[in-house]
Amino acid sequence: MEAITSRLLAALAYPRVLDDFVELANPLRARRELRARIVETRRETHDVATLVLETARPFRHRAGQWTTLGVTLDGVRHTRCFSIASAENASRLELTIKALPDGLVTPRIVAGTLDEPLVTLGKPQGDFTMPGEDGQEWPLFVSGGSGITPVMSMLRTLVTTGGADGITFVHFARSAEDVIFAAELERLGRDLDIHVHTGRFRPDALPEGFLDRPTYACGPAPFLAAMEDAYAGARANLHTERFALEAPSSSTTGDVFFRRSGRRADGRGPLLGIAERAGLMPASGCRMGICHSCACRKVSGTTRDVRTGELSTESDVDIRICVSEPVGPVELDL
Amino acid sequence: MFTMNPEQLEAFGQELHDLEQRTRKDLGARDVGYIKKVIRVQRGLEITGRALLFASGFAPPVWLLGTASLAASKIIENMEIGHNVMHGQYAFSRDPALATGYEWDNVCPGDQWRHSHNYLHHTFTNVRGVDHDLGYRILRIDESQEWRWPAVLQPAYAALLATFFQWGVALHDVDMPRYLLRPRERTDEQRAKVRGILRKAGRQTLKDYVLFPLLAGPFALHVLAGNAVANLARNLWSFGVIFCGHFPEGAATFEPEVLENETKAGFYLRQILGSANFDGPRWMHFLSGHLSHQIEHHLFPDIPAHRYPEMAVEVRAICARYGVPYNSRSLASQLGSVFRKIVRLALPSRAPAIAA
Repeated sequence: MEAITSRLLAALAYPRVLDDFVELANPLRARRELRARIVETRRETHDVATLVLETARPFRHRAGQWTTLGVTLDGVRHTRCFSIASAENASRLELTIKALPDGLVTPRIVAGTLDEPLVTLGKPQGDFTMPGEDGQEWPLFVSGGSGITPVMSMLRTLVTTGGADGITFVHFARSAEDVIFAAELERLGRDLDIHVHTGRFRPDALPEGFLDRPTYACGPAPFLAAMEDAYAGARANLHTERFALEAPSSSTTGDVFFRRSGRRADGRGPLLGIAERAGLMPASGCRMGICHSCACRKVSGTTRDVRTGELSTESDVDIRICVSEPVGPVELDL
Repeated sequence: MFTMNPEQLEAFGQELHDLEQRTRKDLGARDVGYIKKVIRVQRGLEITGRALLFASGFAPPVWLLGTASLAASKIIENMEIGHNVMHGQYAFSRDPALATGYEWDNVCPGDQWRHSHNYLHHTFTNVRGVDHDLGYRILRIDESQEWRWPAVLQPAYAALLATFFQWGVALHDVDMPRYLLRPRERTDEQRAKVRGILRKAGRQTLKDYVLFPLLAGPFALHVLAGNAVANLARNLWSFGVIFCGHFPEGAATFEPEVLENETKAGFYLRQILGSANFDGPRWMHFLSGHLSHQIEHHLFPDIPAHRYPEMAVEVRAICARYGVPYNSRSLASQLGSVFRKIVRLALPSRAPAIAA
């Protein structure tokens, strides 16, 4: 019966879909994409804010995961990836976002100057998550700067389920003013083993016996590199999440031809940036090779993965243009 | 025919190009907000229209109101939303609901329209033998088109085309008489197109002429009639708007040779000479999907159409500076001109075909 009703409604709405009419009453109810409304932009520090999001259906994620967020700026939709800060079963999804100094999107999010409070969300993604209850050792959380976000989701989840007693949380921030969630950390710190440090990561700030504990770390690239050094003897215990692509140190350039738009550009660095500077607006998301939003057909030419240095020489393959740089002439279906 | 020396032509083209770039840079929240508002109004009119028609058996004025509301909804959907969104005018927003792949409330499938209209008609505007919008394969709309005896009946063909205009739009991409009369010459591409039209038309017909009437129970015939009249009103209006775009007296047609070595400036000039605007109040521009500014639309087909009125002020000024004719008159006068032409060309032309 339900199937017949939905087919009938689809036939009546044709060539529109039912969503087109549903969203007149409530845009959050549309099913073709997950929509959310920003109900609050909470200031955390001078350059960090938390978006509190309302969805029509509960957004279920695992602590430590990230999702894509689509916002509208000057009429144009931009998609970026952000770690989820709220606990697994929180009633409202929260994304804590830092304004990147040269960013196009994040400063506007943090300043609360988007076109509209309606945003789109992707699926929760990523495997930077805690396993079930099989661990004997209490987990150790270590974060640097805005890398605190996914780790905070883990801590909050443990706190709400009452399983946080023996954890240790070590956070590094540039300065006292840069400590995200400062008040909450202080409050939780009355009962839990939480340490906030200012300045660069120091291995001696880690608790005794840290190598034996399952450790969840997130932060900027130099921070993660230092963590990996500290865990040189026990890498299996260290789980990390990167949230920014290391600045590509590219020496190659390429003459790029964008076939669909008929434009040509010469440049270095990831093809996504070259395309955007050439005035194109390809779809993009995480800008670090994770989400595949920017996947695009390479018609011909050689590209290099800026993360691994791996070369792609085949024609007619899909590449992620946010992490692929041209090595010589490249033709893209853009 | 109007001509310009090459240097002048390039300078003229550059000015139009600059206007286009300037406008494109300025696109943003205003344009997206505008089209989203239009979409909300159109959907509201559609729901209102269909709801009123369901209750229309109780009083004739309700039927009239419901039909008018549905007709307005269909006109806005085809003209200001469908035609313009399918041109990619709002693709810059990257909003999937405003993407070029939009499917409109019309028997012509969107992908075929994007080929026959966006590509063929907009690229080869008014080029004889290439632009099939030039008479829709059934009307003799230009002196240079050879006269054959069936043309004497063309005022009647035009009336039929106006009544069933969405079918004319759907069917003129494939040469239908030939397709039907010479089945052996059908290509796979043509067969696929015809299948696409039948599929789309089937769903359109099912919705307007079967499902909605059946749901209305005792008022089935009221709903059926309301839907038919709304579709008819949309057909007549879009026929009028579109025939005023390229067929009034003064709109030039071209030999295929003009396409050889045509520069961007030459393209601009051909679009202006081959198109005609009509003047009128704001609501008329809106209901025409701003195709009342056919000249601006042909110059800048993927700029949001609600920008054409402000761009037209500059286009007119540029044309005036270079002495380029700019054809704009009232809707009534353009329509009258088209009808007179259809009647006149039903008979053989006295003068031999005019060389371009």
